[in-house]
Amino acid sequence: MNFYELYSQIKKDQADPAGITSADVEKALSCRNPDSRHFRALLSPEALPYLEEMAGKARDITQGHFGKAILLYAPLYVSNYCDNKCLYCGFNLQNKIQRKKLTLEEVEKEASFIASSGLRHILLLTGGSRTMSPLSYIKDCVKVLRKYFTDISVEIYALTEEEYAGLVSAGVDALTIYQEVYDEKTYTRMHPAGPKSDYAFRLGAPERGARAGMRSVSIGTLLGLDEWRREVFWLGMHAKYLQDNFPAVDVGASLPRLKPHEGAFRAPYDVSDMEMAQIITALRIFLPRLGISLSTREGAAFRENLLPLGITRISAGSSTYVGGHAAYAKDRQNIPQFEISDKRSVAEIMAALKLKGYQPVLKDWLAID
Amino acid sequence: MQDVLELGGKKIHNRLFVGTGKFSSYEVMNRALTASDVDVVTVALRRVDASSVKENILEHIPKKCVIVPNTSGARNSDEAVRIARLARAAGCGNWVKIEVIQDNKYLLPDNMETLKATEILAKEGFVVLPYMSPDLSAARRLVEAGASAVMPLGSPIGSNRGFRTRELVEILISEIKVPVIVDAGLGQPASACECMEAGCQAVLVNTAIAVADDPVMLARAFSEGVKAGRLACLSGMSGSSRSANPSSPLTGFLRNE
Repeated sequence: MNFYELYSQIKKDQADPAGITSADVEKALSCRNPDSRHFRALLSPEALPYLEEMAGKARDITQGHFGKAILLYAPLYVSNYCDNKCLYCGFNLQNKIQRKKLTLEEVEKEASFIASSGLRHILLLTGGSRTMSPLSYIKDCVKVLRKYFTDISVEIYALTEEEYAGLVSAGVDALTIYQEVYDEKTYTRMHPAGPKSDYAFRLGAPERGARAGMRSVSIGTLLGLDEWRREVFWLGMHAKYLQDNFPAVDVGASLPRLKPHEGAFRAPYDVSDMEMAQIITALRIFLPRLGISLSTREGAAFRENLLPLGITRISAGSSTYVGGHAAYAKDRQNIPQFEISDKRSVAEIMAALKLKGYQPVLKDWLAID
Repeated sequence: MQDVLELGGKKIHNRLFVGTGKFSSYEVMNRALTASDVDVVTVALRRVDASSVKENILEHIPKKCVIVPNTSGARNSDEAVRIARLARAAGCGNWVKIEVIQDNKYLLPDNMETLKATEILAKEGFVVLPYMSPDLSAARRLVEAGASAVMPLGSPIGSNRGFRTRELVEILISEIKVPVIVDAGLGQPASACECMEAGCQAVLVNTAIAVADDPVMLARAFSEGVKAGRLACLSGMSGSSRSANPSSPLTGFLRNE
């Protein structure tokens, strides 16, 4: 069964927290191997009074599996051309922004700049345009990046399994692809045009990538597009599906809260800081080995406070501008995909992590080909 | 009393081996290793960045320690072999702890792939220490393949659940002629002591020490626990299956008649 079929079976009422009692939450906190019902209880409003207890359990689980170490990586935007009209995104085809695609020389300049900070993990991102950022271009970029980084992830438009296998052969280690929103109706509304409007093809991308040999696959939902409890429930079920079916793959998740950007989209659903903490702790208790990433959309202080609750990796020295790293100080003519809150340099983030009692991990993989 | 573990041509005084991942800083790790006078440490090659002096973990390990690179991240024997060769080429010596894990949920080892990697690497002259599930047939095959020790898990990595595999590991201790070193899951010095009392030749601890509020103090406690367990094992204490029994102390009189 693929995840789309599983998703279709999970009725909305299974994801809905209605009817949960405090006894359900206590049961979820005391059992050793929480299942989907326990996860639902931990995400419910009834769990909020237990947040401190959840946090303690989540911290212990996280430290047991990941230690006092946080992996750092940097995003690298190589193109913002896009064929989609995602309502919430700064790269939306209809937004009149300056479009840019880095030449391979520019990619190398960016790579060299980022690598000089010591980072060895890079996440290559493009807008969703196959014509402007074809796979051949992505592979050329990967070839350049391989000179500077030991772990290369891509976050690009959804591909077929064969195409993912081609990227693995080209040196890509990991795949990041967010469903953005799991509710199918909302997805259709948010993605009115372009290839990304195919919900099922998008939803199947992580499993295609895993089957194609990606070492690590990360999924995500944009918090704010729909009711978060259901969204996070489905995200958790998706991650569990990937862990169950691809045990050799390191599965990760990200839960960015939407921020303002060009186009002035306002997210219809708010997620408070307290609810964000509930989300991270519930996910950690449900899926002890899940990698959880925290984006620079969150502010520095909040990011640091969330760390012990389950975070295992964070982006650092981020720029969401195309060519924004090497050129950062000089020229930022184009528009970012989203605004970042944590604008600290890699060195500043490393120093802050050390102060908090965490070891910043800059390298956690090696090319073995 | 001189009690030395001979392994891979080296004499090892401290039977507490320590893993180096998960510490809050290299400085804390260094102090913990120094304070507990550890002789053998494992290092994940995936974490080693030889291009960076400040962030290169190898620079923070006490000089006296034998560094055992591990193949963390390997999903099959082929990847484990490649990582081991890279480690040797990088100047990390010829010891290797083989970790082949196809299961990211529980981090349990794949004995079959581990065996394949052991066969290849032992022939290439590596001192091979395979991390394994405690299975007698697998252990025998690993020894035949040239493993210098076997490293069965005490309980799943990072679980701190202690010596849960005792029944199976005791069978290995009885039957296997190379050192049995319990690796993973030992959360308290008492568990490490228990392993040594049972007849293990050494134990490997990482998570418990690394995430303690005071890793330096806990590393010392583990070191003392290991020493206590080893002494108990050698002492012939009551109930120790591995004690050096005098010949027939209870029924010897029958032969004197």
